[in-house]
Amino acid sequence: MSSAEAFARHLAGQRLRERIFRGSTLAAAILLLLLLGGVVVSLLHAAWPAFSRFRLAFITQDVWNPVTDRYGALSAIYGTVVTSLLAMIFAVPVSVGIAIFLTELAPPWLKRPVGVAIELLAAIPSIIFGIWGLFVLAPLLQEHVEPWMDGHLGRLPLVGALFEGAPYGIGFLTAGIVLAIMIVPFIAAVIRDVFETVPDVLKESGYGLGATTWEVIWKVVVPYSRTGMIGAIMLGLGRALGETMAVTFVIGNAHHVSASLLAPGTTISAAIANEFTEATTPLYRSSLIAQGVLLFIITFAVIAAARLMLLRLGRRALASA
Amino acid sequence: MRRRDVRKGVNLLALGLSALATAVGLIFLGAILWTLVKDGVAGMSVAVFTQSTPPPGDASGGLLNAIYGSAIMTALGILIGAPIGMLAGTYLAEYGRKSSLSSVIRFINDVLLSAPSIIIGLFVYELVVVPMGNFSAISGAIALAIIAMPVIVRTTEDMLNLVPQGMKDASTAMGAYPWRTITSIAYPAARSGMVTGLLLAVARISGETAPLLFTALNNQFWSTSLKAPMANLPMVIFQFALSPYDNWQRLAWAGALLITFAILMLSIMARVAVSRLGPGAGRK
Repeated sequence: MSSAEAFARHLAGQRLRERIFRGSTLAAAILLLLLLGGVVVSLLHAAWPAFSRFRLAFITQDVWNPVTDRYGALSAIYGTVVTSLLAMIFAVPVSVGIAIFLTELAPPWLKRPVGVAIELLAAIPSIIFGIWGLFVLAPLLQEHVEPWMDGHLGRLPLVGALFEGAPYGIGFLTAGIVLAIMIVPFIAAVIRDVFETVPDVLKESGYGLGATTWEVIWKVVVPYSRTGMIGAIMLGLGRALGETMAVTFVIGNAHHVSASLLAPGTTISAAIANEFTEATTPLYRSSLIAQGVLLFIITFAVIAAARLMLLRLGRRALASA
Repeated sequence: MRRRDVRKGVNLLALGLSALATAVGLIFLGAILWTLVKDGVAGMSVAVFTQSTPPPGDASGGLLNAIYGSAIMTALGILIGAPIGMLAGTYLAEYGRKSSLSSVIRFINDVLLSAPSIIIGLFVYELVVVPMGNFSAISGAIALAIIAMPVIVRTTEDMLNLVPQGMKDASTAMGAYPWRTITSIAYPAARSGMVTGLLLAVARISGETAPLLFTALNNQFWSTSLKAPMANLPMVIFQFALSPYDNWQRLAWAGALLITFAILMLSIMARVAVSRLGPGAGRK
């Protein structure tokens, strides 16, 4: 065999390997697309019996009765929205505060350890927050906080209904707090990354004009990073909406729509986690999956919106997202 | 002068509040870790590592089957998820860097990254458990793989993008085909970053509970079959913590401590691996 032939064969081998390697990377990338498509199709398929049976009543009715085989997801949707909103009310101010502390305030020797501690808090699995909520936070709220709320806030006009009722320790309020603790480090880390994309020269011009640290933050840093901040907050909301284990422990698993935040309730993910393996009839199981479809639609919309907002900043700058 | 005092006061107040917020965050971290260590160490014993989960009411027993199951399913999840994730990440960073397909996949990947894990559990239930007819360890591993994949895709792409273009150009100039450049130049250069991605993916899936609820389920006994339900730490913690038995609750805390400790170690190792990449690369 001449050397020219050998070279030609070598080249052909290289081309073949190139085709195989390139093809397999493309196939893997397309598999990701198929995965999302597969999730949508398979869940819709499994949820179809429930949707076609109950139609719109599935999301407007507060009935959840395995005995008569009638299901409405209203109480779970309500619980999901209420606990997530509560979590956002607690988490957003704290997260923004932490992000400001980490980017503008902390001395260099403190910046890194505190930053790492916050990131480690974000790595703790949600089930740990769940049992901590059940064994530590719930008794604390039950004995000290909720009776006070019932006695004082419960008598107020208008908002009183939110704080009325027996102190169970578990319920919307506890779930909201546990969720907040869980998403704070996450939101804080993303907002910190967003803040760090603000060019130093902008901040320096602020200081050069005699602005205080707070004025630079409020009038330069925040306006510059507004979209990114909203994106970070919505990403946190997406987490809160879909979170399962942290909530399942402390929500109380009652299919009720109650005005009081102290009352036990349920969320979509908690209902699925608790009841799925015990769902005896096909319609029961299908109804739980139908709730999953609703959850998927809600979180997909929130996460997609958040991602689009963060996209403008460029992904490189956002390690924590 | 007054106006200046007001501005200074507002500044002090706002910065004080932000320091307070950080303190609150750290206090909760401390409170959770303290409870975890206190109750976890109290539940710790040699039996935790040598015996399987006890029946209700039994005062002995450990977590051996659950530790084994978690390790096996996490390892399998990574074995399935890592090659696919790394290949897809390679496509996004190299072959399809600027194609519109890539931006769609990048977006889908980011959405999958934050999608509720219980949804993945339901999906794998429909995809694997229903056709197989029973809950199984392999379905649990597949669910974990789907959760690990987006993490690996993302870090692989980011790390490959950090490899200087000049290095790749040099390889191309010597007549190497792209596959050669990627496997012999880009991968070695990005290795520590890609290892970090894998470690983060392991950390992410080893504590996941929701996707295992309807896939691997749980198993009270020692089982190594991939076709049968398999015990795992998160499910045991879930079941035991909610039980009325003292012994079960003690074991739940011991399991919680084990899992958190493992995850924190992995996260710290990942951080160390990244910091070796040098300044600037640290958080990218």
